[in-house]
Amino acid sequence: MLEIIGLMADLQDEDKTILKGVNLNIGAGEVHAIMGPNGSGKSTLSYILSGKDGYEVTGGSATLDGVDLLDMEPDERAAAGLFLAFQYPVEIPGVGNMTFLRTAVNAQRKARGEEELSAGDFLKIVRAKAKTLHIDADMLKRPVNVGFSGGEKKRNEILQMAMLEPKMCILDETDSGLDVDAMKLVAEGVNALRSEGRSFLVITHYQRLLDHIKPDVVHIMADGRIIKTGGPELALEVENNGYADLLSEVA
Amino acid sequence: MAVAKLKSDATEARLAGMSLPAGLDVARKDASSRLMTMGLPHKRDEYWKYTDPASLTQADAPQAALFHNDEAPMFDAVDRLKIVFVDGVFDADASDDLEAEGVTITRLADVAGADIHWATELYGTLEARGQTPVARPLATLNSAFASDGVVIHAMGKVAKPINLIYLHGDTGSDVMLHSLVKVDAGAEVTLLETGPAAARFNSVLEVDVASGAAFHHVRSQGRDHERRAVTHCFAKLADQSLFKSFTLTFNGKLTRNECIIEMLGDDAVAHVAGACVGDGDDFHHDDTVFITHDALNGESRQVFKKVLRNGAVGVFQGKILVKEGAQKTDGYQISQSLLLDDDSQFLAKPELEIYADDVACSHGSTSGAIDEDALFYLQSRGVPRQTATNLLTLAFLAESLEEIADEALADDLRARLEGWMARHG
Ligand SMILES: Nc1ncnc2c1ncn2[C@@H]1O[C@H](COP(=O)(O)OP(=O)(O)OP(=O)(O)O)[C@@H](O)[C@H]1O
Ligand SMILES: [Mg+2]
Repeated sequence: MLEIIGLMADLQDEDKTILKGVNLNIGAGEVHAIMGPNGSGKSTLSYILSGKDGYEVTGGSATLDGVDLLDMEPDERAAAGLFLAFQYPVEIPGVGNMTFLRTAVNAQRKARGEEELSAGDFLKIVRAKAKTLHIDADMLKRPVNVGFSGGEKKRNEILQMAMLEPKMCILDETDSGLDVDAMKLVAEGVNALRSEGRSFLVITHYQRLLDHIKPDVVHIMADGRIIKTGGPELALEVENNGYADLLSEVA
Repeated sequence: MAVAKLKSDATEARLAGMSLPAGLDVARKDASSRLMTMGLPHKRDEYWKYTDPASLTQADAPQAALFHNDEAPMFDAVDRLKIVFVDGVFDADASDDLEAEGVTITRLADVAGADIHWATELYGTLEARGQTPVARPLATLNSAFASDGVVIHAMGKVAKPINLIYLHGDTGSDVMLHSLVKVDAGAEVTLLETGPAAARFNSVLEVDVASGAAFHHVRSQGRDHERRAVTHCFAKLADQSLFKSFTLTFNGKLTRNECIIEMLGDDAVAHVAGACVGDGDDFHHDDTVFITHDALNGESRQVFKKVLRNGAVGVFQGKILVKEGAQKTDGYQISQSLLLDDDSQFLAKPELEIYADDVACSHGSTSGAIDEDALFYLQSRGVPRQTATNLLTLAFLAESLEEIADEALADDLRARLEGWMARHG
């Protein structure tokens, strides 16, 4: 599904290398987790995959089902099936959440040559999905993320994911800022989307999210590289011992 | 040369060969002599620091190519009473009968013959009051020489909006229209003004809003690229009255919209808002607003938004003056520009002058580019860059459009804005 080979990237404005050769291969239907110390490049990797400005790819490749991601505009990547749940969702004053969702859903349908959803059908689907995530009508009406609590923003990300039905979902610290119940809701939302044709890359610092969303593979990222890959037990090791041992293994 | 001499020369040159139209003689003569004393504006005048008035004051109107507008007429779907002027000349055939329930409508040109007392008294009066503390000579020029206009007397809740439709059919037309609106106690009326009007348009609107009355004004200045316009709206508000004015401006070489409001009765509310979209270095738009609070518990809002690209220039001069004793005044003013590139410019002069101690006044002015993070967020959800930019641009303008009470009117304006963005994307 997602294949990343030797990906290297610099900051555009500063002389600083952040990704130093990332290799990652996520098969269809798999759930991978990435853990790693603050500042190791996890969010940067997710931004570069989704096409944010400000970075320069200096080497390597990233493909989604064999299609070169790095060559596409961010919206084309989304239409191709990539989705990023932001670590820090953006507030957009003046744009209603509902308008935003409908514009996004229909833009992707159009890009894929599918028919746009009618206003009525759209409303029905959104309401049903919002309900399972405990997102009330008021939050749907308000401007995108404006005045949302941290947890509400994260739930709103999952609602977008549920509406857009992407095939490759990247979740960047979706668990941060969530209380115990909200974390369960979000995890249920994610698990409901799990299917043979859909893969997940879950970036997190904590085992507790992985208790709910069970990963097939866990990667440790440090200083712009994947330094270790293993099974779910790797996350437990991090939870118990931190990164020190893992880092010294590599050094 | 001294500015005073420059101005009196320019004024003489402008007035050479012009004679006062018939009717409203006293007011016209008074305006004419006031004009001679103050002289036409000059770019060295403080009040014209950001906008050069030369093309508005020069003797002949600069030519303006006609623009073929293939959109449906503005507010087409709204049931309204249409009054059409073509290059300032009343078009009876294209207009509806000047009759509607709760209102009398007369052409300004007929006022003298009809002996409408209040109109004779109001004409030029609010304009003259609006000359202090800042002179507005182009309005005085208008009071002296306006050829026509509409005189509206609302006595009850007027069922449908009155739409002054200004068509432009002559590349050299130089037009001055002057309209009066009197809204009786408890009455309510909506005035729409649409269209480019002329190559050079000078318009004055004097509005007298009585106790508990409401006046709604929605204006759309047409898409002709080369037109020039200077407009003044003078309003006087009695207690518990409501005044709401919104202007949307598309294109135009030069537009200066002045709005001068006196809140004379307690608990009055005045909202003045505007949105403009300009593309190109031949776009210059100026909003100049002066709101005077002279009574208790008044609420005023000024909300102005400008979208500028490719060297377009936007100007905002807005003032809230709170007189002694105007306690509990709530004054708000915001002027913002969205600069879609580095070539465009926004010049703002927000002012507060307060002589009462128990008031809440705030003002703010900002100038910024599209929020790149928001743009990326939208794109990452599959929204193409241009659509995302348009969405964010409309969102930026939203606060000003929210000032329009009637949703159908606001929706039409939003649709026009979407059209403009599609054409100028
Ligand atoms: N736009 C930027 N300008 C300056 N530095 C940046 C920028 N983007 C990323 N960096 C730097 O790159 C490094 C990687 O940041 P990144 O956000 O990818 O880390 P992370 O692994 O997601 O960390 P965390 O766990 O704290 O979220 C950090 O040192 C960060 O300061
Ligand atoms: Mg991060």
